[in-house]
Amino acid sequence: MNVPTDHLLALSAILFALGVLGFLVRKNVIIVLASIELMLNAANLSFLAASRHWSQTTLAGQGDPSAGPIFAIFVILVAAAEAAVGLALVIALYRLKQTVALDGMAELRG
Amino acid sequence: MSAMLWWLLFTPLVGAIVCGALHFAALRAGHGSLDQGRGGHDRHAGGAARALAGRVACAAIAVALGLSLWACLRLARGGETLVLESSTWHWIAAGSFTVDLSLVVDRLSSVMLLVITGVGFLIHVYSLGYMAHDPGYARFFAYLNLFVFAMLALVLSSSLLGLFVGWEGVGLCSYLLIGFWYEKGWPAEAAQKAFVVNRVGDACFLVGSFLLLRLFGTLDLSEIAGANFHLLGARSGEIALAALLLFGGACGKSAQFPLFTWLPDAMAGPTPVSALIHAATMVTAGVYLVLRLNPLFAAVPAVLFVIGCVGALTALIGASSALLQNDIKKVLAYSTISQLGYMFLGLSAGAWSAALFHLVTHAFFKGLLFLGSGSVIHGLSDEQDMRKMGGLKRAMPRTFLTFVAGAAALSGLPLLSGFFSKDEILARNFALGGFHLTLWGVGVATAALTAFYTWRMVALTFFGAERFDRAHVHPHESPALMTVPLVILALLSVLGGLLNLPHVLPGAGLLQHWLEPVTRAGDELLRREVEHGHVAALTEWLLLGFGAALALFFAQRGFHGYTQGPARDQALERGQPKLASFLAGAWQFDKSYHARIVLPLRAAAETLSAGFDRRGIDAAVDGAGTLARALGQHLRALADGQVKHYALWMGMGAALLSLTWVLG
Amino acid sequence: MLALITFLPLAGALLVALLPGHNTALLRLVALAVTTVVAALGIAFYAGFDGAAPGFQGELVRPWFTLAGPNAPIPVSFHLGADGISLLLVALTVVLMPLVVLSSYGHVHTRVKEFLVWLLVMETGMLGVFVALDLVLFYFFWEVSLVPLYFLVGIWGGERRLYATLKFFLYTVAGSLVMLIGVIALVWELGSTNVPELFLRTDLLEPTTQAWIFGAFALAFAIKVPLLPFHTWLADAHTEAPTSGSVLLAGVLLKMGTYGLLRFGIQLFPAMAVDAAPLFLALGGIGIVYGALLAWAQQDLKRLIACSSVSHLGFVVLGLFALTGPALRGALLQMVNHGLSTGLLFLLVGMVYERTHTRELARYGGLAKVMPVFALFFVFTVLSSAGLPGLNGFVGEYLILAGTFAVSPLWAAVSVTGVVLGAVYLLMATRRVLFGPVTRPENEHLADLGAREVGLMLPLVALILWIGVQPNAFLEKCAPALERVLERVENERFGARLDVPAPGESGTDESGALR
Repeated sequence: MNVPTDHLLALSAILFALGVLGFLVRKNVIIVLASIELMLNAANLSFLAASRHWSQTTLAGQGDPSAGPIFAIFVILVAAAEAAVGLALVIALYRLKQTVALDGMAELRG
Repeated sequence: MSAMLWWLLFTPLVGAIVCGALHFAALRAGHGSLDQGRGGHDRHAGGAARALAGRVACAAIAVALGLSLWACLRLARGGETLVLESSTWHWIAAGSFTVDLSLVVDRLSSVMLLVITGVGFLIHVYSLGYMAHDPGYARFFAYLNLFVFAMLALVLSSSLLGLFVGWEGVGLCSYLLIGFWYEKGWPAEAAQKAFVVNRVGDACFLVGSFLLLRLFGTLDLSEIAGANFHLLGARSGEIALAALLLFGGACGKSAQFPLFTWLPDAMAGPTPVSALIHAATMVTAGVYLVLRLNPLFAAVPAVLFVIGCVGALTALIGASSALLQNDIKKVLAYSTISQLGYMFLGLSAGAWSAALFHLVTHAFFKGLLFLGSGSVIHGLSDEQDMRKMGGLKRAMPRTFLTFVAGAAALSGLPLLSGFFSKDEILARNFALGGFHLTLWGVGVATAALTAFYTWRMVALTFFGAERFDRAHVHPHESPALMTVPLVILALLSVLGGLLNLPHVLPGAGLLQHWLEPVTRAGDELLRREVEHGHVAALTEWLLLGFGAALALFFAQRGFHGYTQGPARDQALERGQPKLASFLAGAWQFDKSYHARIVLPLRAAAETLSAGFDRRGIDAAVDGAGTLARALGQHLRALADGQVKHYALWMGMGAALLSLTWVLG
Repeated sequence: MLALITFLPLAGALLVALLPGHNTALLRLVALAVTTVVAALGIAFYAGFDGAAPGFQGELVRPWFTLAGPNAPIPVSFHLGADGISLLLVALTVVLMPLVVLSSYGHVHTRVKEFLVWLLVMETGMLGVFVALDLVLFYFFWEVSLVPLYFLVGIWGGERRLYATLKFFLYTVAGSLVMLIGVIALVWELGSTNVPELFLRTDLLEPTTQAWIFGAFALAFAIKVPLLPFHTWLADAHTEAPTSGSVLLAGVLLKMGTYGLLRFGIQLFPAMAVDAAPLFLALGGIGIVYGALLAWAQQDLKRLIACSSVSHLGFVVLGLFALTGPALRGALLQMVNHGLSTGLLFLLVGMVYERTHTRELARYGGLAKVMPVFALFFVFTVLSSAGLPGLNGFVGEYLILAGTFAVSPLWAAVSVTGVVLGAVYLLMATRRVLFGPVTRPENEHLADLGAREVGLMLPLVALILWIGVQPNAFLEKCAPALERVLERVENERFGARLDVPAPGESGTDESGALR
C-alpha cells in the first residue's frame, strides 16, 4: 500500500491548519494545548512523509534514511515536555482564575 | 596737558563714586532711610557721611570748572587752529573697525565746557541747600556728579562712539535723577518714559552712525567734519540719510518733535535736576551734535530744511502748550522745548554761532528760572501749582527779583541776553528769505507766545492775592546757598548778551568769531549751495526794534491778564474747552502716542505671547508630544493581553517570512 | 592642561559622590574647591594663551577606537584643543561655575550631594563641548551635558519642573539625533572624525550633501541657541529651573548652540554658511524683536529674562551670519556678555525669590527701598543687558550691528528696534520690581543682600565693567581664530562672484571701509 507523498503532505497540511485554527479560535486552554499537539503531529507526519519520499527516490542509498523518524521522535519528546509544562501552567492558571477560558485572561495587557 | 584733560573728565566720576560710597555708608549708619519721600522737613536727616557727600561733589565740579577755565585760556592764547588733545585710548579693535578715544577741546567744546561746569557748579551749590533735608542727599550728588562726567565725555570725545557713550550716559543719569523719588511711583514711570523715548532717538543715532561708518570708514568726529564733501556728491543721498538719522537722535535727546513728550514728565525729578539736565545741558546735546558735525549737515541743505521745520514746529508746540499750564515747572518744561526749537531753527539757517549763543543764554536764564521756581517750591513746602501761589514777591524778594530777571531774558525784553540771542536767530532766518521767511514768522509768533506765558507765570506766582493756605504754608526766602547762585545766574542772564551782540552794535559777534574755526567748513558749504543773504544794517535795526516791541507788548498783556489770578484760564476753559484741553495737553501728542503706539504694541506683544507663541508654536511642540501619546494609545489596542491575538500576529509574521524566503 | 580642566570636575563629582551625604558643609566646600581650582587653571590657560597664533593650542590627541568606514577603518581619537573661539567660552564656563556653586547655598537644601554631583558632571560636559576636536567626542560631550540638567531641573526645580525638563530634554535630543545623522553621514563620506582635518575636506563634498549635513547640524544648534521657531522650550526650562540651573543654562548651555553654529556650521561649511546667511539673518533679526515683545508681555520675572535671552541670542546669530570681521567678533563677545549679564540677572532673581518665594511681577513693588544693595546690582545688570555704553553689552551689540549693516542694512535696522524694545521691557521690569511704593506688606521687611551674595556677584560685575571699558583685552585673544574662519568664508564668497568691485565704488570707499 503506497500512499503517494502528496496525499501525506496534504493531510499534514490539513492537520496543521486545523491545529492553527484551533489554536487561534478556541476559548478553552486545554483545547488550545491539544491544537498545539495537533500542529506538532502534523509536522511529524510531514517529516516522516518526506523521509520516506527521499529514501524511495533520488537519494536512495545516499543520506541517512532514519533522519526523518529520528527527528519525529525529537518532536514527540518536545511535545510531551511542552504538554507537561503547559498542563501544569493550566492548573496554576485555574487555581488563580477559576476558569480555563482564554478570553478573560488579559494580564499581559499593555 | 593730556593729563589735565583726563583729570577734567574723571574728577566728577571720582566724586560720584565717593558720594555713592558715602550714601551706602550713611545707609548703614541708619540715616538716609528712604521712607520719607521728598522734603522731610520735620526731620533733619543728618550724618557726617551725608554732609561730606555734598562738599565732595561740589569740590569735584569746582575742579572741573577750574580745569575748563584753564583749557579755555589756553585756547584763547593759542591761535585759531589750536586744539587741545589728550592721549589716545584704544577702546575697540575689531579687524577693520577700530575705535580710538581721545579727549579734544576745541573752541566749540570750550564753550560747552564752561556752560556744563559753570552752571553745573552753581546748581551743585544750590542743591546743597535745596536737598539738605532729603534722605537721599548723598545719592543725589552721586548721580549729579555722574551726570557731569557723562556730559563732559559727550563734549570732549573725539569719536562719535565716545560721544555716544556720553550721550547714553546722560540719558542714564537723567533716568536715575528723574526717578530719584521713586517711592512715589510716578517719577519712576516718568524716568522710564524718558529713557525709552530717548532710546528711540538713540536707535536713529546708531543707524546714522553705521551709515557714517560706511561713508567715511571712521567715526572720528574731526575726520568726518573735515571730509571733502564735494567729492562725495554722488552719495549725497546717503549723507542726507545719515544726517537725518543723527538729527533723529538729537530730537530724542533735545526733546524735539516728535520725541518731546518725555520732557514735561521729567519734571517729576528734583528741581536742580530739571535745571541742570533738562534745561542747561543734556537737552542741548542734540544742538551740540549738529554743531560739531556742521559740515555734514551743511552738505545737504534739504536736511537743514527739515531741521528748520521741526525746530519751528516744536517751538510753536512748546510755547502754545506753556500758555495753559498750572504747574510752574511744566511751564518751564514746555518753554525749554520751545527754546530748543529755536536753537534748531538757528542751526537750520546756518547760524551756528547764533544757535550756540542761544544755548548759552538759555542755560543762564532757564537754569535761573528753574532754580528760582525751586526756591518758590521750597519756600511753599513743595507746592508747585501756580493757582495756589500768588503775592510772593513780598515774602521772597531775592527769589522774586532774580526770577524776574530770568523771565525778562526769556521773554526777550530788550537788552537782556535772551533778546540778543533770539534776535540773531530770527534775523538770520529772515535774511535767507524763501521758506525761511515762513519759519521766521513761526519764530516771531512763538516769541510773542513766549513773552505772554512767561509773564503770566510771573504774575500768577509773585503778584496778586495770596492763594495759598496761610494756615499751613509759610513762605520764606531760601537760604544763601540757594539765593547766591540765583543772583549769579541773574547777572549772567542780564549781561550775557554781551557775548554776541548784533553786527550793528560795537563789540559785536564775540562768540561768532570765537567759533569761526569750527563753523568755517559748514559756512563754506552753505555758501555754495544756498544764497547766503546778508542783513542790511537798517533791516537789522528794524528787526531789533520789532522784536523788542513784540516782546514788551505781549509781556505786558500776559502780565496784566493774570495779576488777579488764573481767572482768565478758567474763562477759556469754559468758553473753548476743546482748545483749552488741546493746548494744556501739549497738542495731545502724549495721549495719542500712548493710544496709537504704546497700547497697540503692548497688545501685539500680549497677543504674540499668549496667542501666537503659546497657542501656536508651543502648541505645535506640545502637539508633537500629544501626537506621540495618541499614537501610543492607538497602538496600545494591539497589546490587549489576548494570547490569541498575539498568536495571530506571530503566525502572520511567520507566514510572511516563509513566503519571502520561498519566493525570494 | 585642557584635559585636566575638562575632567577635574568629573573627578570632583566622584569625590563628592563618595562623601557622606549628611555633611552638607563639607560637600559644598569640596565642590567649591574643585570648581575654584578649575577656574584658576582655566584662567591660567587663558593668560598663557598665545593671542597671535590662529591654530588650536593645548592640544591633546590619543587614539581611541576605530569605526568601520566605506573604504578604510576610520580612527576616532580623543582629541582636545582650544583656539581663540573656544578659549573665551571655556573661560566663561570656568568662571561661572564657582559662583553657581556658591549661589546654590541659598536655595538647595535637600539632596545637596546629588545636586553638586550633577553640577560638576555638567561642567565637564560643557567644557568638553567647547574643547572637543573630534566629531564623535564632540557629540559625546554634547549629550553628556544634557543629562545632568534634566535632573537638576527635574528634581530641584519649580512647580512645573517635570513638564519643563522633559520638554527641554526631548526637544534637544530630537535635534541631537538629527545631528547624529549628520555626523554619521559626514564621517562616512569624508572618512575622518578629526575636526581640523574635516575643515579642509568639506568642500570635497557635493553641494547638496553639504547642504543636508549642514542643515542637520544647524537644526540641532538652532534648537539649542534657541533660534526662532525652536525657542519655546527655553522659557519653561528657565522658569522652572533652580537658580543655579538657570544661570548655567543661560550662561553656558545656550552658548553651546551658538558655538556649534560657528564651529560646525560656519567654519565647517563656509559655502553653506554664505548661502544660508540670509535665512539666519532673518531668523536672528526676527528673533530679536520677537523675543523682546514676548518679554514685554510676561508677568513672571524669570520668564521675562528667559524671553530676553531669545532676543539677545538673536543678536549673536545675526552677528555670526553677517560674516564680517566686526560682526563675528561682536557675536563671540556677545556670547560671553550674555552669559555674564543674564547669568547675573538670574542670580539676582534667585536671591529675591529666596526671600519672597514668588516670581510674579505683581507681587513685587518698591523693593529698592527695602533692599538698596540689591537694587544697585539689579539696575546695574539691567543696564548691562540693555547695552548701556561703558558696559559690556554695548560693545558686542555695536560691533554686531555695525558689522551686519555692511551686509544687510535691513536686518540691522530691524535689530536696532530691538535695542529700543530691550529698554522697554527691562525698565518695565525694573520699575515693577524696584520702584514705586511697597505695595505688599509681606515685602516690607525683606533682608538685603548678604556678604556671600554680594561676593559671588562681584567677579561678574568686575568682568562686565572690564569688558565694557577694555574689550580689546578679550578681542585680541580671539581675533586670529575668527580671522581664519573669515578667510574661508571670504574665499567662498568671492570665489562665487565673477566680478569684484573696484575700491571707490559702492561697497567700499577709498579708505577701504567696512566690508
